[in-house]
Amino acid sequence: MKVVYCDALIIGGGLAGLRASVATQSEGLKTIVLSLVPVKRSHSAAAQGGMQASVGNAKMSQGDNEDIHFMDTVKGSDWGCDQKVARMFVNTAPKAIRELANWGVPWTRVRKGDHEAVIDTKKTTITEDDNAHGLITSRDFGGTKKWRTCYTADATGHTMLFGVANEALKHEVDIRDRQEVLSLIHKDKRCYGAIVRDLITGELSAYVAKGTCIATGGYGRLYKTTTNAVICEGTGQAAVLETGVATLGNMEAVQFHPTPIVPSGILLTEGCRGDGGVLRDIDGHRFMPDYEPEKKDLASRDVVSRRMMEHIRKGKGVSSPFGDHLWLDISILGREHVSKNLRDVQEISETFNGIDPADEGPAGWMPVRPAQHYSMGGIRTKETGESQQLSGLFSCGEAACWDMHGFNRLGGNSVSEAVVSGMIVGKYFTDYCLENEMTIDTKLVHEALEEQTRYIDEILSRAEGEDVFDIKKRMQEIMDEQVGIFRNGNDLQAAVDELQELLVKSRKVSVKSKIKSANPELEEAYRVPKMLKLSLCVAYGALLRTESRGAHYREDYLKRDDANWLNRTLTSWSNADATLPEVSYEEIDIMTMELPPAFRGYGAKGMIIENELSVKRQVEVDEIKEKMKDKDRFALQDSLMSYDLPLNYKDKNERYGVGYE
Amino acid sequence: MSNAQKKGRELTFSILKYNPSKKDSKPEFVEFKIEETAGMTLFIALNIIREKIDADLAFDFVCRAGICGSCGMVVNGKPLLACRTLTADYPDGKIQLMPMPAFELIRDLSVNTGKWMDAMSVRVESWIHINEVHDIAKLEEKVDPDVADETFELDRCIECGLCVSSCATALMRPDFVGPAGLNRIARFHVDPHDNRTDEDYYELIGDDNGIFGCMSLMACEDHCPKELPLQEKIAYLRRKMVSLK
Ligand SMILES: Cc1cc2nc3c(=O)[nH]c(=O)nc-3n(C[C@H](O)[C@H](O)[C@H](O)COP(=O)(O)OP(=O)(O)OC[C@H]3O[C@@H](n4cnc5c(N)ncnc54)[C@H](O)[C@@H]3O)c2cc1C
Ligand code: SF4
Ligand code: FES
Repeated sequence: MKVVYCDALIIGGGLAGLRASVATQSEGLKTIVLSLVPVKRSHSAAAQGGMQASVGNAKMSQGDNEDIHFMDTVKGSDWGCDQKVARMFVNTAPKAIRELANWGVPWTRVRKGDHEAVIDTKKTTITEDDNAHGLITSRDFGGTKKWRTCYTADATGHTMLFGVANEALKHEVDIRDRQEVLSLIHKDKRCYGAIVRDLITGELSAYVAKGTCIATGGYGRLYKTTTNAVICEGTGQAAVLETGVATLGNMEAVQFHPTPIVPSGILLTEGCRGDGGVLRDIDGHRFMPDYEPEKKDLASRDVVSRRMMEHIRKGKGVSSPFGDHLWLDISILGREHVSKNLRDVQEISETFNGIDPADEGPAGWMPVRPAQHYSMGGIRTKETGESQQLSGLFSCGEAACWDMHGFNRLGGNSVSEAVVSGMIVGKYFTDYCLENEMTIDTKLVHEALEEQTRYIDEILSRAEGEDVFDIKKRMQEIMDEQVGIFRNGNDLQAAVDELQELLVKSRKVSVKSKIKSANPELEEAYRVPKMLKLSLCVAYGALLRTESRGAHYREDYLKRDDANWLNRTLTSWSNADATLPEVSYEEIDIMTMELPPAFRGYGAKGMIIENELSVKRQVEVDEIKEKMKDKDRFALQDSLMSYDLPLNYKDKNERYGVGYE
Repeated sequence: MSNAQKKGRELTFSILKYNPSKKDSKPEFVEFKIEETAGMTLFIALNIIREKIDADLAFDFVCRAGICGSCGMVVNGKPLLACRTLTADYPDGKIQLMPMPAFELIRDLSVNTGKWMDAMSVRVESWIHINEVHDIAKLEEKVDPDVADETFELDRCIECGLCVSSCATALMRPDFVGPAGLNRIARFHVDPHDNRTDEDYYELIGDDNGIFGCMSLMACEDHCPKELPLQEKIAYLRRKMVSLK
């Protein structure tokens, strides 16, 4: 039996996991990071557009601060988020971006003097302050009041990931790639580590640690068309679900991005529209202002995606062999802007579609249609990032439901969350590993290892059975067609029924090649049943949630129902043979909110079933505001909803022109 | 795009299969025939082969968008990112695939570029060296926008290894830091956050496994999918380092 011991075990080497590893290792904890792929190839690398942080240096971002970022985030979430967590996040984000600058991320900087920008399709001249020259600049993104998205051209995730990975190398973190976590070792509500398969040799080992932190990213590959990398299969969440004890939160909250390119599903960043690009229909008409007069092409993603599908349903889409699509036009930004600030977009469009988006007029328009993009749901945690059920199990980044995104996350808030949660949860995780000694029964480790060994042997020994590729393909089709942007009871019920059948089938797959080492079909064979369980959490959660909130949109329940559904869906899977998860709900308390539920400011009006507490809390909030009107915004915030942060993360953030105000 | 409905032409793949961890495995080219579809990339083609014909074929893709650097392989003699390579670019429909040389072979088309790149990163100390940590609650240090852009340009390397696999020195000398390693040095050299001196860099690359190993054949730049200015940067570093010799 191969057992590896460490203090802190981090599963996942994207932005979140690597940042957390710097936190643990720099406090002297022996840290191991495990990853399916070389960590610099993690999906974080693919983020193009940027990272939200209210630095407020550029002209169009001046006046920004944590309060505005907080409001945008809560509205974006359609009030589904944990407001304390959102506060923790917005206060740390400017620090995260500055830390990354120290680590070498070459943020694009403010350049003094005039520059042209396209706002509402009109060329506009913006004049940057002389004194801001050289500070970090930002661009516009959907659902934000200020230009808040910091970037490095359109390769932001890449430069961030390399910055953090290099820092982890500097701290000599023990990073082990091509390692896959299959299950967690746990007993009596405590997590002790994980069972891991080496993807080259096929060898299984037990990693035993004082604390385990899961940062395995999203589960986009449950869907057929997705912007996500092929490794985003949710196996981290599945390992947690299969403990039977720990819960996942809001799995039905799945985001669809408006502008992946057709047919490959590769993402064209929101920066395209943030920088002034627009959506057009079959007639070349810019249709978004017809639906969203105020935010137009830059309403939040859930809204824009639905409006696009609505427009296509009205017959305004462009038909193609790959289904109807709309156009994204960035040619109006001019060739120079496109080749400098949207170069990856240009490269993707030229390579995969043979279209140079800088070409003027229809020749440069890129075919786009909404597709799966982001997983708001994930491993449900406390504010510290620790599982609510299993002590010693933490989670951060996209893998977690921490929960700052609620039912819709804003563009740019996700790489930001990955790093910020790596800092905050990383610190709480460090404290846990420092404070808790561990004694573990080797029998327990042995059993956990045996169980996985048996499971894999069983798959390999099955002479004949189902084809795993067929099952996976069908699952992905079901998720696209019946658990997508528009959902309704009938389709969801059909999806739940068929997914259950597929789950049963997936327990009987056989593989052609019987080798234990690197064996792609074997890997599919043990992953697909896990993916089906997650799909069922998504589909079943969506079926039960009879309201529309953020990205979860029910055609048969069009309203956001604060009276009955202001809660978080929790799923667990205690019986391994079951075909459905157990579902329960966690109330979201209006009376402790800093920002009580209201209209988001975009999307259709009058679509809320009010909770009577919303008004009650609003009155309270107004009274507190009145009482505190001579105090500064920090004191006011504290009396509305007090929150904690570790290290110096609660310190005020200095800003250009306003100091610490 | 109308040809999506038409029956596509037949593509013939010839793929080098070999599993070095199995004693009875010998390198051999195996042929696969599939039908071409519109806009087909090698990512799509290889997955079809795996799903329909050979479930056992090993290759690496992550982002499938030319961003993560996972999928370098030798296509008809040329190192390329497979996910960005269209089958339509091969008029005779014959495509030969081999793993990239210079890296440890895992199996078939899968090579361990990650291991090589991590070793390179440690070797050139691919991280910011600073004496004093800037307080993150304070305004960030200013950086000239042009310098930030220049650093970014060199930071765009995705560690795909195409330059290494096309570099004659790297093929002969396993310890050569490679074009990607030299580019990394150039990147930290322009970054104002890093306070290393030319002498410090000389310590890292001032020998034949470093800057003086380059024979200026410059196949690296021709193959770099990110079009990094490798030639110019290597020449620049060489001039700097020669002056310290
Ligand atoms: C195309 C695209 C563009 C995006 N652009 C933006 C943007 O502009 N702005 C923004 O804010 N957000 C963006 N996002 C979202 C953002 O990139 C991600 O949410 C974020 O990077 C996730 O980081 P992470 O560290 O949580 O996970 P990831 O970066 O996905 O890392 C997951 C890690 O876990 C490992 N792993 C997974 N499963 C296992 C297992 N079973 N065992 C061991 N290891 C495992 C993987 O190898 C990997 O190292 C974008 C997303 C996509 C798809
Ligand atoms: S320099 Fe270019 S070819 Fe070499 S590893 Fe980097 S991106 Fe790839
Ligand atoms: S798979 Fe990421 S570059 Fe090809």
